[in-house]
Amino acid sequence: MKETGTFRVKKGMAQMQKGGVIMDVTTVEQAQIAEKAGAVAVMALERVPADIRAAGGVARMADPEMIKTIMETVTIPVMAKVRIGHIAEAQILEELGVDYIDESEVLTPADEQYHINKHLFKVPFVCGARDLGEALRRISEGAAMMRTKGEPGTGNVVEAVRHMRRVMDQVRQVISKQDDELVVMAKEMGVSVELLKEVREAGRLPVVNFAAGGIASPADASLMMQLGADGIFVGSGIFKSESPQKVAEAIVKATLHYDDPKVLAEVSEGLGGAMPGLEMATLTDADRMQERGI
Amino acid sequence: MKVGVLSVQGAVSEHLDHLRLCSTEAVAVKDAQSLDEVSGLILPGGESTTIGKLIDIFGLADSIRQRTENGSLALFGTCAGMVLLANEITDGISNQPKLGLMDIVVKRNAFGRQRESFETELDFKTFKEPLTAVFIRAPIILNTGSGVEVLAHLPEGTVAARQGNLLATSFHPELTSDLRVHQFFVEMCREIG
Repeated sequence: MKETGTFRVKKGMAQMQKGGVIMDVTTVEQAQIAEKAGAVAVMALERVPADIRAAGGVARMADPEMIKTIMETVTIPVMAKVRIGHIAEAQILEELGVDYIDESEVLTPADEQYHINKHLFKVPFVCGARDLGEALRRISEGAAMMRTKGEPGTGNVVEAVRHMRRVMDQVRQVISKQDDELVVMAKEMGVSVELLKEVREAGRLPVVNFAAGGIASPADASLMMQLGADGIFVGSGIFKSESPQKVAEAIVKATLHYDDPKVLAEVSEGLGGAMPGLEMATLTDADRMQERGI
Repeated sequence: MKVGVLSVQGAVSEHLDHLRLCSTEAVAVKDAQSLDEVSGLILPGGESTTIGKLIDIFGLADSIRQRTENGSLALFGTCAGMVLLANEITDGISNQPKLGLMDIVVKRNAFGRQRESFETELDFKTFKEPLTAVFIRAPIILNTGSGVEVLAHLPEGTVAARQGNLLATSFHPELTSDLRVHQFFVEMCREIG
């Protein structure tokens, strides 16, 4: 008998993406460029985060027609985003057959208190986190893959670095804790002791953890891999650059050879202008997407 | 004896862990130099187009072909790795990268999209008890050549096969705690020495 939608099958899908780059795309042409460059999956959305930022207003799930066209065009997995807590958008994406759903702070949250109960879906979910507590809360809601939140659409890697370092640091703390200390830590983080024990046993997050939110260059991708990311999401960094095809290929190679400065130097050469980027201090509190859905 | 795992993209650490649990010296293979040291190589699950493209770029494909054909290397492809091994891929993208070493015809994503991914109990030739097999956007073998031994099948087609020093499975033995498929491959590597 075949059993679909088990946690092992959902988590396993993310394990197959490790060491790879997942690229945001808004058109069929961009999806083809991403596939050709060696992306392990594409994230289909209406606007890349930088444009969502610029446009303002409410950002929602993309038009199913556009997502379907991309699914028909490429053979690599297709992911799509839903608003935090928007159960109906997630049901629509599952019906379409997308391979992974990103319950994402990049879109305007639909629910300020609750995330989606992701256990109820056969399609796996990825969620963002700034620290270990957030990550484990999402996992207990059924997320099968995690990513740093970073600060999307800025082309500035500083927040992704902060979040990856924090998660790694907290994992190291968990590893050194005794049972009684874990109880207090669980209380402080708002997570179960069992999950913390799982982290201590494995010496890492129980699911794959990618870097996302501000990665714009091959060097950024390498940096995040060196800090312990399992793979890379690139949002605006590719299609907001001057030569998307070249940047896409360079980021794929840099992610694979993140520990080889010689390759990094080669692929970083002559990429043309990167996306302009934003300094964090210029963002108001309302602009900070990472504060959404904690 | 060392057994390698092609460390380009995908479930690399899972295979390394399994090989170590089989008391085998396991190494990540990323370049021609580390390939020289191993008697066997696992091509892990991941995205077949990505892995295929990257091994071509980094010049590993020719060395793998050469050593497999002169019989000094055993290969085990899981899922995407099986696609890379196949002589013929029915639904690949144009210029689908492949090693093309095994006399099998493979269809990619044969069971559907991720929501159709599944696990099931599976009889595997020579194993006394069935194993739990995890299929993720899995390919299937539609046809096998005369020198290919079928090791496991589902109603949809063949999901595990061997041809001399080549082994291929549609499913992911590295995602369960069962070590038998890895032990089976380590034995194949020993035969090569």
